[in-house]
Amino acid sequence: MERSEEYIKNERKQDWRVALQKKTKAKDRMSIERVEMSEMAPEERIKSQRLEVNSGLTKEQAILEATRCMDCVNPTCMEGCPVSINIPKFIKHIECGETLEAASVLKETSALPAVCGRVCPQELQCEQKCFYVEKLNQPAVAIGYLERFAADFERESGHVATPEMVASNGIKVAVIGSGPSGLSFAGDMAKLGYDVTVFEALHEIGGVLKYGIPEFRLPNAVVDVEIESLRRMGVKFITNYIVGQTASLDDLKADGYKAFYVGSGAGLPRFMNIPGENANGILSSNEYLTRVNLMGADSEESDTPVLRGKNVVVVGGGNTAMDSVRTAKRLGAERAMIVYRRSEEEMPARVEEVHHAKQEGVEFLTLTNPIEYIADENGRVAQMKVQKMELGEPDSSGRRRPVPVEGSEYILDCEVVVVAVGVSPNPLIPNSVEGLDVSKWGTIEVVKDKMQSSIPEMFAGGDIVRGGATVILAMGDGRKAAKNMDIYLQEKYLSKKVEL
Amino acid sequence: MNKIVEKEHFSEKIVKIVVEAPLIAKSRKPGNFVILRVGEKGERIPLTIAGANVEKGTIDLVVQKMGVSSTKVCDLEVGEYITDLVGPLGKPTEIHNLGTILCCGGGVGNAPLLPIVEAYKKAGNKVITILAARNKDLIILEDEMRKHSDELIVMTDDGSYGKKGLITEGMEEVIKREKIDECVTIGPAIMMKFCSLLTKKYEIPTVASLNSIMVDGTGMCGACRVTVGGKTKFTCVDGPEFDAHQIDFEEMMSRLGGYKQEEVDKYDQFQK
Ligand SMILES: Cc1cc2nc3c(=O)[nH]c(=O)nc-3n(C[C@H](O)[C@H](O)[C@H](O)COP(=O)(O)OP(=O)(O)OC[C@H]3O[C@@H](n4cnc5c(N)ncnc54)[C@H](O)[C@@H]3O)c2cc1C
Ligand SMILES: Cc1cc2nc3c(=O)[nH]c(=O)nc-3n(C[C@H](O)[C@H](O)[C@H](O)COP(=O)(O)OP(=O)(O)OC[C@H]3O[C@@H](n4cnc5c(N)ncnc54)[C@H](O)[C@@H]3O)c2cc1C
Ligand code: SF4
Ligand code: FES
Repeated sequence: MERSEEYIKNERKQDWRVALQKKTKAKDRMSIERVEMSEMAPEERIKSQRLEVNSGLTKEQAILEATRCMDCVNPTCMEGCPVSINIPKFIKHIECGETLEAASVLKETSALPAVCGRVCPQELQCEQKCFYVEKLNQPAVAIGYLERFAADFERESGHVATPEMVASNGIKVAVIGSGPSGLSFAGDMAKLGYDVTVFEALHEIGGVLKYGIPEFRLPNAVVDVEIESLRRMGVKFITNYIVGQTASLDDLKADGYKAFYVGSGAGLPRFMNIPGENANGILSSNEYLTRVNLMGADSEESDTPVLRGKNVVVVGGGNTAMDSVRTAKRLGAERAMIVYRRSEEEMPARVEEVHHAKQEGVEFLTLTNPIEYIADENGRVAQMKVQKMELGEPDSSGRRRPVPVEGSEYILDCEVVVVAVGVSPNPLIPNSVEGLDVSKWGTIEVVKDKMQSSIPEMFAGGDIVRGGATVILAMGDGRKAAKNMDIYLQEKYLSKKVEL
Repeated sequence: MNKIVEKEHFSEKIVKIVVEAPLIAKSRKPGNFVILRVGEKGERIPLTIAGANVEKGTIDLVVQKMGVSSTKVCDLEVGEYITDLVGPLGKPTEIHNLGTILCCGGGVGNAPLLPIVEAYKKAGNKVITILAARNKDLIILEDEMRKHSDELIVMTDDGSYGKKGLITEGMEEVIKREKIDECVTIGPAIMMKFCSLLTKKYEIPTVASLNSIMVDGTGMCGACRVTVGGKTKFTCVDGPEFDAHQIDFEEMMSRLGGYKQEEVDKYDQFQK
């Protein structure tokens, strides 16, 4: 789906686009105010882990918002999108009221638009590059909201388009991990006629989309619809199967798999290695979120327990931290607190999630860092010692380095602490495949733009290659890998017509 | 979905089930475990693979009723299915020909110990096995153990069977009698702790298999963390076996109780 600038420009000159451009004057477009996403009231939504916060746009809202878009000659927004969605084209379809067409434009480049519309950090990607932001210093066109609107509309209409499929070529490929990266890879390969099987270690398909990101941001049903459409395309899913443990890569080769895509994610939680960190009641965000999101521990009916507390502290400032602290609120915490060592400006979490967390009553203790945990006589954490920080010179990440303020330590009460300070690549595949080049951070090394590893028939992408990144980047990698694996397999098997 | 093809009651609270799992049967090694889940609302719990039959494609699990989840496993009948089963997990036991091995099992720990005893014997070691329990009824897998051991000693707290006394008393007798090259201990944490203290005194390298709380079993959640040699390790991927003399057993035991109140509440609810 490579599209040249030429192609984008020509599309813009199509009659229907020109008619739209003429219909409303630029000045009028610019005078429209950015839409606000309607959302459930904070006091209502914190009653359940499973009530989605954002309720989506109405068709009228979507059309009005789409009218704001100037259909720029040079749509810089597209440069901000990691998979170069044809943004003006899908938005202009919405403006015409052709929502299903808009959805199919999204699907040209993004395998899971209903997911991306909900979780992409748009303010750092497409929306940051929107003409409104760059030239007018006004709020960007709400590209993310519109994306979500189109995808939801399609799903709810029951007219989910099945993509065109190439006739089957009988070549078996295996996908290791069912996160967004593996899923988007699987979709593209199925379209190209390959016989695709996805292996997943857990009992549910979806990776972080299921066990990590809570349902109040991304309902499981939304993910399941996408998985269902992959099934209809012939993709097979095998859960409870750990490649490298349940069976080795060689076993899979013996079973006829010709190539592999590793999308095994960055599932290894980091801790801070400070005194008392192994006390009871201190857990990783992965454990906390998995217990609730995957195992349903927020419900009385689930056999899986979860720790609740009056005072819950979450350490960190990313999406994982926001998800954890808001989960704590929903599990009944009176004080749900974020402890983050930099200032709010440096927080890597999506702005919207920080905003929502604040609405829900989450306290933010920024420029604060834990240095020790203090447990009660039963070994359960009771307090944490924190230290104030100030910002010094920028470090290698370009963000100002937090420096401890001497003598500023104080004590916080807490019965539950969730550590959300980052993840490392899942070591299962790097450890079990001989001859695979792995970086010193444990990520799989690939030839950039091809996603091919040092083992020619093994491609990799998503968090296992990038470290903790984003859904859309993981998906983009999956698509890139599919394209290049196809070339590789074509050359190796199809053009030479070798016996399979 | 994995079918249960055989079931046997070892005692009121301990059940052996044989489960269809051909791939796991083929790839498992001594020391490996599985994680399973019963029912859509079920919890993921770890259980050691006590044995396997590659031809039949089955694995053996020996389960002790503790709370809701293990009770649900024990209540499954032949012909019923385990909702989810994944494995083999964990690092396998390192089996070498070392000389004389002292294998110490307590309670349901005998189940994970059995494949290890078998493997040590096969590797050419002299294997002395000590099984211990509170009373006679709780001694399991005695015959199977005897088959693969050069010597088998049974200890009960109340003297209802074998010798009266704690496992460490039996161990000390053997240690004083002959040279032991390595010791393996699997059982309740408190038992492993005392076994470890004893062998430390005699400077016998010792391995303990830890039964920490787990969720995913793939290194993703950190629920299973333990301190070994001053460093945090994940039992599921770095273990479950560790150098016993390096394990912080106090912390390990405290962490095992980490969800105690929540589990008790669930159990009360379940019994109603
Ligand atoms: C709580 C949380 C919130 C987040 N919020 C956002 C957000 O708002 N926006 C955003 O863009 N990004 C967000 N992210 C990041 C985003 O979810 C990840 O970047 C993305 O999921 C990576 O996708 P992936 O396909 O590489 O891996 P994953 O989603 O991690 O999936 C990997 C899968 O592989 C499986 N697996 C691993 N090894 C094996 C094996 N050997 N055999 C079989 N299966 C295996 C794992 O069980 C897992 O299911 C968030 C992450 C977390 C944890
Ligand atoms: C690697 C590994 C292998 C294991 N192999 C086996 C096996 O072969 N057979 C077997 O029966 N069990 C085994 N276990 C232990 C088993 O997983 C637990 O007994 C089970 O999870 C208990 O679940 P439950 O919900 O029934 O009990 P819970 O409701 O979780 O617990 C009930 C009570 O028992 C205590 N408890 C919970 N877990 C443990 C534990 N692991 N050890 C001691 N006390 C505990 C709790 O404090 C609680 O008060 C193994 C554990 C690990 C980590
Ligand atoms: S930059 Fe903004 S206004 Fe221009 S095409 Fe993209 S979304 Fe529309
Ligand atoms: S059980 Fe989750 S990391 Fe070990």
